[in-house]
Amino acid sequence: MTAPPRMGFFTDTSVCIGCKACEVACKEWNAIPADFPEGGFTGTSMDSSEGLGADTWRHVAFVEQRRPLGGQDPGVPRTAPTPHDVAHLDVLSLAGQGASSAPAHIPASPAEPGPAGDFRWLMSSDVCKHCTHAACLDVCPTGSLFRTEFGTVVVQEDICNGCGYCVPACPYGVIDQRKDDGRVWKCTLCYDRIGVGAEPACAKACPTDSIQFGPLDELRERADARLAQLHGAGIDEARLYGRDPADGVGGDGAFFLLLDEPEVYGLPPDPVVTTRDLPRMWRHVGTAALALVGGVAAAFASTIVTGGRRR
Amino acid sequence: MAECHPVGFQWVMEAKARGATVIHVDPRFTRTSALADLHVPLRAGTDIAFLGGIINHVLQNEKYFHDYVVAYTNAATIVGEDFRDTEDLAGVFSGLDREDKSYDFETWHYEGGMVQAASGERDQVGSERVKESDGAGSDGARSDQARSDQARSDGDGSGGRKSRASGVKRAARGEAHGSGGAGISGEFETDETLQHPRTVFQILKRHFARYTPELVAETCGVPEETFLRVCELLEENSTPERTSAFVYSVGWTHHTVGVQYIRTASILQALLGNIGRPGGGILALRGHASIQGSTDIPTLFNILPGYIPMPHAESSPDLTTFVSAEKAEKGYWAELGSYLVSLLKSYWGPAATPDNDFCFDYLPRLTGSHSSFETVMAQLEGECTGFFVLGENPAVGSANAKMQRLAMASLDWLVVRDFSLIESATWWKDGPEIETGELRTEDIGTEVFFLPAAAHTEKDGSFTNTQRLLQWHHQAVEPAGDVRSDLWFLFHLGRRIREKLAGSTDERDRPVLDLTWDYPTKGSTDEPEAEAVLAEINGWDGHGTPLSSYQQLRDDGSTACGCWIYCGTYADGVNQAARRKPGTEQDWVAHEWGWAWPANRRILYNRASAAPDGAPWSERKAYVWWDPDEKKWVGHDVPDFSPTKAPDHVPPKDATGVAALSGTDAFIMQADGKAWLYVPAGLTDGPLPAHYEPQESPVANPVYPEQRNPARQIDSVVHPENRFQPSGDEPGAQVYPYALTTYRIAEHHTAGGMSRWSPYLSELAPAMFCEVSPELARERGLTHGGWAHVVTARNVIEARVMVTDRIPDLRVRGEVLHQVGLPYHWGANGLVTGDAANELTSLVMDPNVHIMETKALACDIRPGRRPRGPDRPALVESYRRRAGITERTGVDDTGATRTGGTA
Repeated sequence: MTAPPRMGFFTDTSVCIGCKACEVACKEWNAIPADFPEGGFTGTSMDSSEGLGADTWRHVAFVEQRRPLGGQDPGVPRTAPTPHDVAHLDVLSLAGQGASSAPAHIPASPAEPGPAGDFRWLMSSDVCKHCTHAACLDVCPTGSLFRTEFGTVVVQEDICNGCGYCVPACPYGVIDQRKDDGRVWKCTLCYDRIGVGAEPACAKACPTDSIQFGPLDELRERADARLAQLHGAGIDEARLYGRDPADGVGGDGAFFLLLDEPEVYGLPPDPVVTTRDLPRMWRHVGTAALALVGGVAAAFASTIVTGGRRR
Repeated sequence: MAECHPVGFQWVMEAKARGATVIHVDPRFTRTSALADLHVPLRAGTDIAFLGGIINHVLQNEKYFHDYVVAYTNAATIVGEDFRDTEDLAGVFSGLDREDKSYDFETWHYEGGMVQAASGERDQVGSERVKESDGAGSDGARSDQARSDQARSDGDGSGGRKSRASGVKRAARGEAHGSGGAGISGEFETDETLQHPRTVFQILKRHFARYTPELVAETCGVPEETFLRVCELLEENSTPERTSAFVYSVGWTHHTVGVQYIRTASILQALLGNIGRPGGGILALRGHASIQGSTDIPTLFNILPGYIPMPHAESSPDLTTFVSAEKAEKGYWAELGSYLVSLLKSYWGPAATPDNDFCFDYLPRLTGSHSSFETVMAQLEGECTGFFVLGENPAVGSANAKMQRLAMASLDWLVVRDFSLIESATWWKDGPEIETGELRTEDIGTEVFFLPAAAHTEKDGSFTNTQRLLQWHHQAVEPAGDVRSDLWFLFHLGRRIREKLAGSTDERDRPVLDLTWDYPTKGSTDEPEAEAVLAEINGWDGHGTPLSSYQQLRDDGSTACGCWIYCGTYADGVNQAARRKPGTEQDWVAHEWGWAWPANRRILYNRASAAPDGAPWSERKAYVWWDPDEKKWVGHDVPDFSPTKAPDHVPPKDATGVAALSGTDAFIMQADGKAWLYVPAGLTDGPLPAHYEPQESPVANPVYPEQRNPARQIDSVVHPENRFQPSGDEPGAQVYPYALTTYRIAEHHTAGGMSRWSPYLSELAPAMFCEVSPELARERGLTHGGWAHVVTARNVIEARVMVTDRIPDLRVRGEVLHQVGLPYHWGANGLVTGDAANELTSLVMDPNVHIMETKALACDIRPGRRPRGPDRPALVESYRRRAGITERTGVDDTGATRTGGTA
């Protein structure tokens, strides 16, 4: 029996409309608890789920930028900046100041007045990356985390003992412990669906095919073609993220087409599997241990010598 | 569209992937804008000026589709000498009765044409909804206007009987003439050179000449370059080789000039040759699944199934009179008698016979406008005492939500069917007026029944979507507990009423007792078979054989059909709406997916996809064409034309009905076979669109001296809880200095009944918020993430503050205009709660279709939370005092007295 090909997601954020159908479909299918934001209002653009976590396995980021895309022009030149103004209306940092607390002032102007109205709104549905080299899996002491026949990384909820080692191991901050439960939860790439030939719930629900599911090889080809198309259209900032098998995690099983730097979407620019250095570290540990043992032995020997002398 | 119809937006994305240019015109930057090629923010309520500007650009630069316009529109028709345009009369058309806020459309006629006489008979009655004169209504609801209206009452002589009798406005054929437009007759003069000064074309040119790019910029706040870019993109893409489509939603309709918004788009699309051709058209995105269906099989007071007009008390004494008055002489509406008799046979079966006019007398009669908001007024006045609320949440979703609740508090009984315990069912114990002390639970006499309703997954049925496509859905699960479908409720309610009336000899019970009410039921709950209802709608002949086409319908009682335009949806006894053949297994028009009315035709008026000679306009856009060898119309779709009528056919002089249509009369439902650039009759507020400001606007009308639509429907809703604000240059207008618009967001559904009880949706948008620009936030001291309260003359609400560039400021008449954006999904109940935006809106209506104006008004916004208890109405009152608002503010029009605009 031949193993199925490695399956994954290609999330093309250039066609994401931010409808959050993926978030809802994911929660419905996987029976994930609701997770209301504290304070009731995040103010983070239209983002109320705020990031991936134990109770959010798909998360749509909304990024408002004063940068051109499409040519909105409201006809009102922005006023010149005052000393108090910041370069961008950074809703993320504003939200960080808390929902009900008052920021010191409203940053209201761009750094440069004129040409008015350049504005774009980026949306991107984030998910577990199902890394080629998955640190969460490496550190799991119980074997709860395992790699499936589809090359995806899945937590077995009946085995997880809640040790939490995997949480700091994840270079993307994806895997997370559920508060009243202790166990860790994350995207399974709908292991129970793909096993019967269905596509994951989020991909099924996505109206614009921003989320595409399929054999990773095919997805990479599709992504390369899409990238070339966007570059051809002059969208030079378009890039693939997690596509490269030579990156710090050996490439992602769930990779993305982004329209800006990864940091803009809350993604680490150069993720590295946190267990990458373990073998080398163990070698060092071994060397150190040997050195230690040697030292002790030497000291012991020396003691013997001196003791002998003393004697 | 991406915001409110994300699933449908996939087709826009598909078009975009195939090279389509997407232009989004909207005051706010939405999810749609984020994916559009061009977002054009404009001031809410100014789309007629924007579209009118494009029309002017098209006409001035000769970018219209000349051959299409000459052959298929009424551009060449000559209008009578008496017509006066807004250019002649300082912003109004000839025939305006200021006191009545209505138009006499006599001067709008084509030269030599007549509007059918019967419509005139309706004019003998009063023009506004007539108020009670016996003082029985709520005093609070009364006004001087109401008293003055009595003078115009129709003299209903029924003594002490409470009467809401009123006439239909003279021009209010919108009330009662179905989908074919007003019937007109006569031989019209035309000038196909389009040079005669009274051709529709020349009138159009003069009318829109005012709508220059400069004026568009000044009115809409859209810079000239942006506007011209839109003109160019649209014109370049509207040729024999290419077509452009318009998509709109209630952002275009919820205005005092809503119908004229759509008219403006229709004129533009007809001029550009974008109607009846693939890739063209004007698509209305409806607010719920199957709202199109509930217009076709209407939940409206003024039409019967299939857009047959509802008979009127004064002018529809019998079937023959009604049909001869309402049918068109030309085109498919000439067969109105067949459609109506078949409908009556479907309602009353064997009881409907030629001898009793097929029970035509059983149909209810209009006595005037009985729209939703007039019903609210009637409730407040104690005249309407019972109310069914099905699939609706007026306490949150209808304009002036407080009025809606006060009206419900005046009822004897209220039945609410919903799947959540919505605000409309609980206002009597926890509504905002209980908190302010304006209502006390123990004083409310309304008996409220809440009945749990089944969701679409719990029942069989059909959805009809915007392109008239019926798609069947099958029940997935049994509804739990006492939950029942609406079909179950209405069928068994009718059944029980009929049981109670059984044996009655009272003549007034005959319409109920004679109904055919024998649907088969199934299961332990006796759920009626939805498919049996569909079969009845489709219709059958005297042998019970299902019909396959509305052309089989007869006016002799030999056929029954519940909705003539749906005839064929159960052809051959097969549920055609349930067909789901994948697109990959059939041609691109996909006739075997669902079923589209009429006749499974996917594009209406598709004769216009071919040139007058019958050949396609272009190979690229070939759709339906004349095959000279086979001597019939062929192509990708079901031709929307007599199948064998040659393109050069000239009807005999004495022909009527369909036979009177020529080989180039592509708009077969219209009385003259033409797309109407100019409407000689049928609209209540003018034969051409004109930009008027919303009822409440911070801006003085830059286009005409006339501030507001002079024919808007307002006098019938004057009420102390429905005060209007001063606008533009009027004193006190600066008290409400900001433009306000309301809208939906992707996370919630309308008034929240389907989303605020769903944890997975509620958590995605957990709080009511207002969207303001950074500049407005600075001006008013609003804090991102903090609280603000928004005030109008009706109420004050609070919301969390979202400071965002997505609500850009605009430059209007030389000044910066701030807009406040409010989603309207929240109310007091559910998992996530908040104030309802509709507390702020008013009852003021488009006069054609009686829709409210919720998409453009004016407000003030202040930092912090709103007052509690009695301080809440007190704050609203203090604003009203400051603005000098009286019961006549915004109601009386003085005409062209101010200096604004350019007469």
